[in-house]
Amino acid sequence: MSGKAQTIEKVREFTDEKYKFGFVTDIETESAPKGLSEDIVRFISAKKDEPEWLLESRLKAYRHWLTMPDPEWQKPNFPPIDYQGSYYYSAPKSVGDGPQSLDEVDPEILKTYEKLGIPLFEQERLSGIPIAVDAVFDSVSVATTFKAKLEESGVIFCPISEAIQRCPELVKKYMGSVVPYTDNKHACLNSAVFTDGSFVYIPKGVKCPMELSTYFRINAENTGQFERTLIIAEEGSYVSYLEGCTAPMRDENQLHAAIVELITMDDAEIKYSTVQNWYPGDAEGKGGIYNFVTKRGLCKGKNSKISWTQVETGSAITWKYPSCILQGDNSVGEFYSIAITNNYQQADTGTKMIHLGKNTTSRIISKGISAGKSDQMYRGLVRMGPKAVGARNYTQCDSLLVGDQCGAHTVPYIETKNKSAVVEHEATTSKINEEQLFYLRQRGIPTEKAIALVVNGFCREVLQQLPMEFAVEAQKLVEISLEGSVG
Amino acid sequence: MLEIKNLHATVGGKEILKGINLTVNAGEVHAIMGPNGSGKSTLSYVISGKDGYEVTEGQILYNGIDLTEMEPEIRAAEGVFLAFQYPVEIPGVPNVTFLKEAVNAVRRHRGEDELDAMQFVKMIKAKTEELGIAKDMLKRAVNVGFSGGEKKRNEILQMAVLNPKLAVLDETDSGLDIDALKIVSDGVNQLRSDERAILVITHYQRLLDHIVPDFVHVLAHGKIQRSGGKELAFELEEKGYAEYGVAAE
Repeated sequence: MSGKAQTIEKVREFTDEKYKFGFVTDIETESAPKGLSEDIVRFISAKKDEPEWLLESRLKAYRHWLTMPDPEWQKPNFPPIDYQGSYYYSAPKSVGDGPQSLDEVDPEILKTYEKLGIPLFEQERLSGIPIAVDAVFDSVSVATTFKAKLEESGVIFCPISEAIQRCPELVKKYMGSVVPYTDNKHACLNSAVFTDGSFVYIPKGVKCPMELSTYFRINAENTGQFERTLIIAEEGSYVSYLEGCTAPMRDENQLHAAIVELITMDDAEIKYSTVQNWYPGDAEGKGGIYNFVTKRGLCKGKNSKISWTQVETGSAITWKYPSCILQGDNSVGEFYSIAITNNYQQADTGTKMIHLGKNTTSRIISKGISAGKSDQMYRGLVRMGPKAVGARNYTQCDSLLVGDQCGAHTVPYIETKNKSAVVEHEATTSKINEEQLFYLRQRGIPTEKAIALVVNGFCREVLQQLPMEFAVEAQKLVEISLEGSVG
Repeated sequence: MLEIKNLHATVGGKEILKGINLTVNAGEVHAIMGPNGSGKSTLSYVISGKDGYEVTEGQILYNGIDLTEMEPEIRAAEGVFLAFQYPVEIPGVPNVTFLKEAVNAVRRHRGEDELDAMQFVKMIKAKTEELGIAKDMLKRAVNVGFSGGEKKRNEILQMAVLNPKLAVLDETDSGLDIDALKIVSDGVNQLRSDERAILVITHYQRLLDHIVPDFVHVLAHGKIQRSGGKELAFELEEKGYAEYGVAAE
């Protein structure tokens, strides 16, 4: 067999068996009736015992959503979404009004997270760095660890439904301020039916003492997950936050339409990392998550910084553009991305860097790896506003093709309304190199491991951006995504 | 150690090796000399198992086992090493990571425990010192931005670390100036041992001043045309390959 044929064969072997998180937790759930209507919106709001203003804002979004046509500009192909065929609320029955302490969490759920390798107990990790975790199971948050310890330093880390009760003024002020409900159809839907998600507030001058993370798990059948994350970093504060995502293997497509909003004040920094491993569908392209997410950060204050790092290996379709609005002078936006698609996965991802303030800088490093029959699009907008004097952007966009049935496309959009702004864009596309694979194999390294090594090398610049704790995990994930059922 | 019997091989349907017979014993250094296009590199790729190099007839026996159907990584793990004429660059992969992967892959194959980070660092440190290789070469991405000499030294380092039984050096002298040639040859000479067989493939005699072979074979038209001691190399240097039906270059 020729090297190329063999590589392609290996890639073909990457079947759904590789997906280790595809199990279903058998648990009693409470769901809203199927479908979407004003009554469902009211149902969700009532479940959460929400204030009137929030219900009103949900209904406003819902009514607007009804008037919005489906977007058609994206690269991925998929049949029209049957919005009435889904459940919009599903919660483990045992959760009731939300967990009061870790001891009260249903053992089945604890087991689920254990299987996913996520510790829902307050134990220090090997490195000695504790990580606080918020676990979102279908539509509700089931546990948040280290809450008490974080609150000693004034950090609030809790489910957003809890934040709505505890600090409504903060939520009211900032939710929807970066991503308005009119932004796009999926964000609008989220604004109407969002169920849970994480809320983080870092007070002035505080460096968050530990990594924060949220693990999203879709478990129930035919259920969409619409979570909402809001992170506010006050003047001079810092936080590093990581989200992880998994779902069972199911034949139907499930919609995940989240909104993440980040806000940094003067001299504040948010580092937001995503390791997205939703179920990608099987080798024939059946099933898998539609990951249609709106993520945007506002560098409101001067000298503030927002950094997005994403490792996207899952989902049938990934369609998102984590973005930065660089409003404060000297603010910095970063986007580091690895997207791996295999089999029939599709990805249309990239970023938007909107430079408004003076001397704002942005950096975009995107690494796309396409294998199997998958297709990828990098789409990036860099906009230099009229007041963005001295603004700079650097974009580097590299695509790697594994096999000869996949695709990679790069579409940069550059808009400059200020003559002093500098925009640089570099892009490359290459095929995985047979000479490299032979060289590694000649040193005793098996083909699959060799592919993983080359791909990890290709992604190195981005992997280095991840918090240490997760870099190793992400590296393994890269390997698993490309390796199949080895091990 | 290595016994090649009536080896025929094709590349892209064209027969390049047309019946090679060669026996190399442990502790011996054999040089294969030949003009361009004689099948020298093909022989090295066929021994190491590169895709696209098809054995159509004959055998390559390595300690009595036929290699021809074996995957390249298994051959490597069994102790067959090829020092590449053109070492390949692997961006983003630190040399040290690559070496560790390779060492542990080979150890796994041999049923030995993998080396942990500490053990590995200790071993690699000793090897680089023995060979006089700068430590920064370990941190850099595999062969990326390496000079011709550095690339070849890196091959020798890999050989030292993997400790093969059979080493095939494919045109190790190409692209090296005299100083680099000396350094690389010294490295190879350090690795000569009674347990190891070395096959040196080269166009020019000059490499053999540094790595002195026990036997020299002339390869032309896909066959070994003549075999002899090291003096054969000098004769070739003087007369060229003309008597084997190859025009002077």
